[in-house]
Amino acid sequence: MAYQTKAKIIKNSKVGENYFHLIISSGKIASIALPGQFVNIKISERLFPLLRRPLSVHMVKGSAIHFFYEVVGKGTEALSRKIAGEELDLIGPLGNGFTADKKKKAILVAGGMGVAPLTFLAEKLTESKTQKSKIKVSVLIGARTKKQILCENEFKKLGCDVKIATDDGSSGFKGKVTDLLNRLLRTTHYELPAIYACGPKLMLKAVSEISKVNRIPAQLSLEEHMACGIGACLGCVVNTQDGMKRVCKEGPVFEAEEIIWR
Amino acid sequence: MEIKLAVNIGKLKLKNPVMVASGTFGYAEEFKDFMNLKELGAIVTKTITLRPRKGNPGPRTCETPAGMLNSIGLENPGVDRFIKEKLLIIKRTGVPAIVSIASEGDPEEFIVLTRRLDKIKEVSAIELNISCPNIREKSKLISQDAQATYELVRSVRKVTQKTLITKLSPNVTSIVEIAKAAQDAGSDALSLINTLTGMSIDVYAHKPKIASIIAGLSGPAIKPVAVRMVWEVCKQTKLPVIGMGGIMNTEDALEFLIAGASAVSIGTGNFINPKASVEIIAGLKNYMTRNKINDIKEVIGSLKT
Repeated sequence: MAYQTKAKIIKNSKVGENYFHLIISSGKIASIALPGQFVNIKISERLFPLLRRPLSVHMVKGSAIHFFYEVVGKGTEALSRKIAGEELDLIGPLGNGFTADKKKKAILVAGGMGVAPLTFLAEKLTESKTQKSKIKVSVLIGARTKKQILCENEFKKLGCDVKIATDDGSSGFKGKVTDLLNRLLRTTHYELPAIYACGPKLMLKAVSEISKVNRIPAQLSLEEHMACGIGACLGCVVNTQDGMKRVCKEGPVFEAEEIIWR
Repeated sequence: MEIKLAVNIGKLKLKNPVMVASGTFGYAEEFKDFMNLKELGAIVTKTITLRPRKGNPGPRTCETPAGMLNSIGLENPGVDRFIKEKLLIIKRTGVPAIVSIASEGDPEEFIVLTRRLDKIKEVSAIELNISCPNIREKSKLISQDAQATYELVRSVRKVTQKTLITKLSPNVTSIVEIAKAAQDAGSDALSLINTLTGMSIDVYAHKPKIASIIAGLSGPAIKPVAVRMVWEVCKQTKLPVIGMGGIMNTEDALEFLIAGASAVSIGTGNFINPKASVEIIAGLKNYMTRNKINDIKEVIGSLKT
């Protein structure tokens, strides 16, 4: 089930160079949104930008839905100028999110903006009635430089073990986040681990390879250009073992072994 | 005052003139969360081919000023799976199903497909998609050649009594010439327009934004072109026309109706507002009430020149 609804902006503030934290109030969507799902947002009443912009749910607090986005083009640029009190037309929650397996130790792998849906997942994975039943969640964050490391504290607040990889070595491990993942898997003994990843395509492809070699299940959140976001236009498909699948409908989260990489 | 919205497209009677365009509404199930499907005048399916088809590589879509480009490449499950899995969903809505069909190269496939669909009573009409710009098999589309259009429509006409709608391409010098060929060959109605071919370039990567380079432009950007073509065709042929191209709201729909279209199809508008079509049905009623028009037929072709 998804809703189309108009909802008020509670907050839309700049949190870094080009990054924004958007909070919208919609009890309807908030009450059923799951980690990995997204909301398709109509940014303006004008004819440009015309299409909605899909943003993954970053966090849900009561009736407030949090988004974390980077200004990358005209759509997100227009969104960044919206202020509290303005209304946006939302469609959501959309797509199939992550399946949080609470029996397994979780390794979350985020590249750049890939952190956005993983905070919500980390929250779901770490919530439990007793301290004892709480599972261990490791989060690996990759970025080009120290300045672009996102959401480190949010994960730490949830009690996750956070490790950093930067291309230039300005913070943490010097190299790719997938190299860090490989090193971690070599040096640490994980009993029944599960990988959850979101980030650039090349990173996801590498995670996929690691998951195969180490026989660890991995769920990947994919990103493709979308026109409708509801499964009608077939614009965002990916090639899978089971034929073409829609990122907006069957995805955005897929099992790594499903995807046929080009 | 009772507002009459019913129109006829060939033998097909529609309770109102608002339909949804092929390729923009999936097989209807995708929209059930957002609107009451029963309200629609008709549903035109995503184009079906004889065999399942994977479609084109990605990226398949990109946004352009007041529009978008797409090159899906007719991805579809093939006619057998369509009949088995998808048609039922439309049947349950009670709304006439217009099935869009295309060949993957051999025009004979249109005849095979029509024979299959002709036997199915849930199929209310067949739309011949001879104008998809995104299949590579041929350099020229059937709808870019009057003779080829005539021959194709004629051969399909021989195998079905169902309402036949021919969908035309705007990528021609004279759309009237093609429309007349379809009329002479026995088409019951015309759908126009399909997308205009276009291109968009990522200037930083020096690469086309769509993998197949050339794609189909749709959305408000093409509306004036579409209205002009509908007007020209309505003036010079006798067939009912289903007008489409960039319709986002009631006023857009009215432009097409006033230009002469007997019905309109919402396409790209469904992507931006999934309930655009039902809002337009309500909007037409309001327009007619306000202007004391009791039959939509008084609006159709009412352009004063």
